[in-house]
Amino acid sequence: MTTATWTTEPPVRRGPGSFLAVRDLTVEFTTEDGVVRAVDGLSFDLEKGTTLGIVGESGSGKSVTSLSILGLHDPSTTTITGEIWLEDQELVSADRAVMERLRGNRVAMVFQDPLTALSPYHTVGRQIAETYRRHKGGSKREARERAIEMLKRVGIPQPHLRVDDYPHHFSGGMRQRAMIAMALVCDPDLLIADEPTTALDVTVQAQILDLLKELQQQTGMAVILITHDLGVVANTASEVLVMYAGRAVERGTVREVLREPRHPYTWGLLGSMPSLRSPVDVPLRPVRGTPPSLLAPPPGCPFHPRCDYVDVAGRELCTRERPVLTPETGHADACHLAPEDKRRLAPERRTDRKERA
Amino acid sequence: MLAFLTRRTIGAVITLLIIAAATFFLFFAVPADPARLACGKVCPPELLEQARRNLGLDAPVWEQFVAWLAGLVVGRDYEGLGHCPAPCLGYSFVNREPVLETILDRLPLTLSLTFGAAVFFLLFGVGAGVVAALRRGRPLDKIASVASLIGASVQIYFVGTLAMYFLVYQWQILDRPQYIPLTEDPIGWAYGLLLPWLVLSLIFTANYTRITRSTMVEQLSEDFVRTATAKGLPRRTVVTRFALRGTLIPVVTIFGVDLGSLIGGAIITETTFGLQGIGRLALRAVTDSDLPMLMATVLLAAAAIVVFSIIVDILYAVIDPRVRLS
Repeated sequence: MTTATWTTEPPVRRGPGSFLAVRDLTVEFTTEDGVVRAVDGLSFDLEKGTTLGIVGESGSGKSVTSLSILGLHDPSTTTITGEIWLEDQELVSADRAVMERLRGNRVAMVFQDPLTALSPYHTVGRQIAETYRRHKGGSKREARERAIEMLKRVGIPQPHLRVDDYPHHFSGGMRQRAMIAMALVCDPDLLIADEPTTALDVTVQAQILDLLKELQQQTGMAVILITHDLGVVANTASEVLVMYAGRAVERGTVREVLREPRHPYTWGLLGSMPSLRSPVDVPLRPVRGTPPSLLAPPPGCPFHPRCDYVDVAGRELCTRERPVLTPETGHADACHLAPEDKRRLAPERRTDRKERA
Repeated sequence: MLAFLTRRTIGAVITLLIIAAATFFLFFAVPADPARLACGKVCPPELLEQARRNLGLDAPVWEQFVAWLAGLVVGRDYEGLGHCPAPCLGYSFVNREPVLETILDRLPLTLSLTFGAAVFFLLFGVGAGVVAALRRGRPLDKIASVASLIGASVQIYFVGTLAMYFLVYQWQILDRPQYIPLTEDPIGWAYGLLLPWLVLSLIFTANYTRITRSTMVEQLSEDFVRTATAKGLPRRTVVTRFALRGTLIPVVTIFGVDLGSLIGGAIITETTFGLQGIGRLALRAVTDSDLPMLMATVLLAAAAIVVFSIIVDILYAVIDPRVRLS
């Protein structure tokens, strides 16, 4: 398929010609209680061969963002504005036929819970083969061979036998492997993994993440890894986007964000993570308060009701003005604190923990 | 599978035995005397005694029940009427006809009525339910909800009578409903039963629309349906192959019950359209205190329900591979 058949309008290059460019994405749901703005003006870029970790609490808009890329929201209750560019194809305005050819083919998705995400009514092999035949054609036999090959690649033992099993014959980890096999059967350019390890045992989690990493190295695809676990990001991703209340609050490489976090929310996430080096009797510090209601988000900086540094940055400023993610490229954050305060306060919290340690 | 069938068959036989016994003993608990009915208005005691002996009602109730059961299994001899081979359901108290023959005579009509109507209400009901679920909250959904509410509220003797009046007598679009055997004249068969089929399916359709719609809405929000969409499958495939599959489970459940009870006789439908099926036979048996006929119709109705419940269980396993027959 040539790129010419994909475009419905003259190709307009956005940003620095990134592989995936999300620009000012806003997703709103119409509910009985009012309009929920789940994603609010989100922008980011992703290159092939890299992994972007999107981190945040429940309701921060991580999954909503990923579902928008594939156009999986119910159009009758969802309003999506902004742009999502996959090379020179814009996806928000693309019609259904374009999206159907794209899904499972160029962009594939691995969902959180492999127990419910695989069809209980069809064999694992059929579910993998179906995707392949839909996009690449070929006979049933070829597709079946391909399914066996994929199962083998994701480390399912005796794939020629397991191909005819139903998902309920598989363990949780094996189901997620099958899900990954299904996602990768058409060699997608972009894989979105939405909390792929959350529903799995801790021991299996590492295996699945290693598998994803290995497959990415083999295929050179881009990966978006959605998680609430900074530990997962540290091991797997090359870049991080921290989301809060539908907005990006910090962005940068994994090294930048984990070594020199600048946003108080990122500090909070790091502080709530257990460390092997800290003693067991020091309690973890959760981010106080609860995530804001997206029906009526707080004015100004959405994090200010939970932030310990509102008075340092100026209460007036934080409650009135929404901070913008700056600078436009590189390590950026959306916080009113002065740069020297961010430097001063962040290490303080880190030494804080070390001293107690 | 074989173990399942064996176990369910034994269970079915026990169920039917209990139902037969209950019906038999309840019959004698009712203060109606079939001997008196057979004897006529002016009945001297010795004639009454004679009638009672003729009908076999002079023995103790449990002996009569055992005799009836034995007739079913090995056949039975009747004084003056000769041997009745197994399975013997006895002779009608009213006209002394063999009950089995009467049942077999009426059964084709009831089966035709049942399965013909089933095709209509299954197609209309499930179809409307799927469309309503896919168009949730939009005009087509609302039309389907209102229509199914009306369908669930009306009665056959009301719609049936209206339909007869307009379609048959007033506009003469259709003939009076009648039963022509399928083997004799397939077109005449369908034509003769079209009106009862449509009227009967009207009431059942509503139930299927409601259940299909609500289950379908649930299924459409399942994760695996979203996965199917995320794989790039077209909407039609996602709906028919994934969402509809789980919707079939509750549909099959009520379909089994409905078919079972319809084979037991559609009394109101048969009466409204003047058809001679199992339903009217059962009704007559009750009003005439015709014990052998009553036992046969009750047993047929019960057997139909029991058989269809086994079939439904097998279908569960066919639809959902997680269900195992054991």
